[in-house]
Amino acid sequence: MPPKLAIQLILLLPLAGAIFNGVLGLFFPAIRRSERLIATVGTAVVAIPFALAVMLFLGFEGTPIVERYFTWMRAGDLTVDFAYRVDQLSLLMTLIITGIGALIHLYSAGYMHGDEGYWRFFAYLNLFIFAMLNLVLGDNLPVLFLGWEGVGLCSYLLIGFWYKELKNSAAATKAFVVNRVGDFAFLMAMFIVFKNLGGLDFDTILTFARGTTEAPAWVGWVVFLMFVGATGKSAQIPLFVWLPDAMAGPTPVSALIHAATMVTSGLYLLARMSPLVLLAPNVMAVVAVIGALTAIMAATIAMTQNDIKKVLAYSTVSQLGFMFMAAGVGAFFVAIFHVMTHAFFKGCLFLGSGSVIHAMHGVEHELYPHHGDGGHGAHGDDAKGGHDAEAHDSAAETATAGATPHAASGHTDASHAAEAHGAAPAHALPYDGPFDAQDMRTMGGLGKYMPATNITFLLATLAISGIPLFSGFFSKDEILFQDFEHGFLGGYGYAWFVWVVGLITAGMTAIYMTRCYVLTFRGEPRWPDAGRVHPRESPASMTIPLWVLGVLSVVGGFVGLPVVVNNLFGFEHSWIHHWLTNEGAGPVSEPRHVPADQLAEAVAHGAGGAAEAAHGVSPALEWGLLLLGGLIGLAGVLFAWRAYSRHGLAFDEKVKQAWGALYRRAAAKYHWDEFYERVVRRPLIGGAAEGMAEFDADVVDGAVNGMGTGARASAGRLRLLQTGFVGSYALAIVLGTALVLALVLFA
Amino acid sequence: MDVTLNWYLSLSALLFTIGVIGVLTRRNAIVLLMSVELMLNAVNLTLVALSQAMGEVSGQILVFFVMSVAAAEAAIGLALVIAIFRRKVTVDITEFNLFKH
Repeated sequence: MPPKLAIQLILLLPLAGAIFNGVLGLFFPAIRRSERLIATVGTAVVAIPFALAVMLFLGFEGTPIVERYFTWMRAGDLTVDFAYRVDQLSLLMTLIITGIGALIHLYSAGYMHGDEGYWRFFAYLNLFIFAMLNLVLGDNLPVLFLGWEGVGLCSYLLIGFWYKELKNSAAATKAFVVNRVGDFAFLMAMFIVFKNLGGLDFDTILTFARGTTEAPAWVGWVVFLMFVGATGKSAQIPLFVWLPDAMAGPTPVSALIHAATMVTSGLYLLARMSPLVLLAPNVMAVVAVIGALTAIMAATIAMTQNDIKKVLAYSTVSQLGFMFMAAGVGAFFVAIFHVMTHAFFKGCLFLGSGSVIHAMHGVEHELYPHHGDGGHGAHGDDAKGGHDAEAHDSAAETATAGATPHAASGHTDASHAAEAHGAAPAHALPYDGPFDAQDMRTMGGLGKYMPATNITFLLATLAISGIPLFSGFFSKDEILFQDFEHGFLGGYGYAWFVWVVGLITAGMTAIYMTRCYVLTFRGEPRWPDAGRVHPRESPASMTIPLWVLGVLSVVGGFVGLPVVVNNLFGFEHSWIHHWLTNEGAGPVSEPRHVPADQLAEAVAHGAGGAAEAAHGVSPALEWGLLLLGGLIGLAGVLFAWRAYSRHGLAFDEKVKQAWGALYRRAAAKYHWDEFYERVVRRPLIGGAAEGMAEFDADVVDGAVNGMGTGARASAGRLRLLQTGFVGSYALAIVLGTALVLALVLFA
Repeated sequence: MDVTLNWYLSLSALLFTIGVIGVLTRRNAIVLLMSVELMLNAVNLTLVALSQAMGEVSGQILVFFVMSVAAAEAAIGLALVIAIFRRKVTVDITEFNLFKH
């Protein structure tokens, strides 16, 4: 198949799927019930592009394939084509998007079963894939921006998928508005590029960037504005606040959009623009430091969260911070490597959490059968808020009043049940809050009921924790190594800071993820009436994607083995390094690590080969760093495993007491939302309200009222002309005629 | 002394002016209508005179149209006057000012 057709199919099939599911579902309500048809079409239009992408990948010869389809717009000097570029970077991203996308579509077929918006869900999801593919395949900034906005729209639609609850719509709006801030910066960056280069296609920009050594000042602004755009889409300080709230959407959405693909588009942008980014070292320092701060901040918040999806959301923010730590030292290929491994293990974790929530909803229905079949189908609502929990309480009270032997009401019965079954070890602190299918405090011991979810979740947890030989270990360690190298060889002070923060965050990642796993799958069940009500494993359509992603989180890291390991096998670089950079010919650029003084010396001697002056980090040091990274991960996992297995929820109390103020601040999410409320929203809305009130009263109302009074006043005078006497009319006619005659004759 | 075109036109202007003054000054509706007829016939005189002077018949044809329109106008005008007289028992047009209100 010619590449032109293949790219066309890759792009248009998901769009066709979106139109099929969306339009048919909208106009023929009868089709909404045929879930099998909707899910088959929805999944196939993503799976076929995956197959095509694999075909392109296998047949790829190293030179970028650029296909122009038609002109999008032409205005003056500006011509924007619908042109698409298939190269190493976009191919890798396409494989991730369509591959994981297809798995998650398959998963959704089971997960969304029974939801009244089934057709809508698949239409949005397909549309998302289409937009995301535009983002990564586009050959110029406007097409990339089209995808950028498209994924933002789909994210909005899917976060607010269960729009009947105000909380979900609010989260969707928040995501949209916060993203808009970043999008604005991105637009400004495009304007500056066009003003200075006169073109927006990648060839123009990257040819310029590769051929420039002394960067003009505007490059710094462009890179900075693009980074601001990336902080919006990829959830970094200060624009990360939307991502945790985005968990209001269905769990497959969290897995696909808010973990595996869309949130990494900021990294894609930086990697695509890497030659340009490398021209702005000051901005790179900002990128790395912001990434590091985001990583450690989100990790501390993740420690304190009890909602399983919130833990994963903050973990995602933290991991994205890691990626920016890599991008900030110029290691864009490592950032993309971590994008890939993160897509595997975080996708797996989110889908695993979805499977858990699915099961816990089953438990909820068994416990409180009279409630909750209304809104969202069998298990629909991931994000049940407080009012549902209250309803549960009342349901529980009714059950008690009915004096059934297994009356379920709060923790007394739960502990009673646990005692009755002789399984109440000291650490099984029963949870006495309201039942919430997403709250880890109501879970515990799910491992024995859900073996597939348990094992895959464990594999992904070990991967994200950085246990040696799992995928996350290789990518995370490479990030830390690059930061170290940048400080060690490049002599950049900020890289040391980033490296130290990265090490601490890596340890914390291992701890909070192990906490999440142990609280969910280990220990004793903590939901009420646990002796009688058991959760069930999810159907095969959900466990198959889990297994695929679980296995990938184990083996996915081998494409990016550390340099020292590769040297053992006689390779100079890891596969992914070679694939993306291609010794300077690939789409992703790299900085040259030359100490500042040597660079000055080389420049002074007019030597072009400054790169030769650099010498690498010694293998012994590299092995040492590798060992250090592995040990941190292991130590974190072992520590958290022992602590939470032995003490269960009580350990959280201990941490709370030991870390008092810091813990409270982290649990309150460092008051970011309050900060925005006070600094941005209230002055903006309040100021606008005041200013607009005056404008409204004086200008808008003035104009409307003025027209009324003006008409009245003029009419009051004009009405005097109408006397009602025939004579005066006749006189007017005569005088008028005389006037016209006079004009005709004498003028 | 020849009777030239100017004589005809002067007479016509005189008749027209008398008609206009009649319309503007008289209050009797019937006199008003008569004044209007006078104006129309003044125009007719002009048309005939010019037609004769220029050797063109179209002016004289137009006179027939004016006369028929004048007849129709007189019929409707008188009918209106009679109708108003039945209500108001007067033909003084200063009394006819219903439209002012």
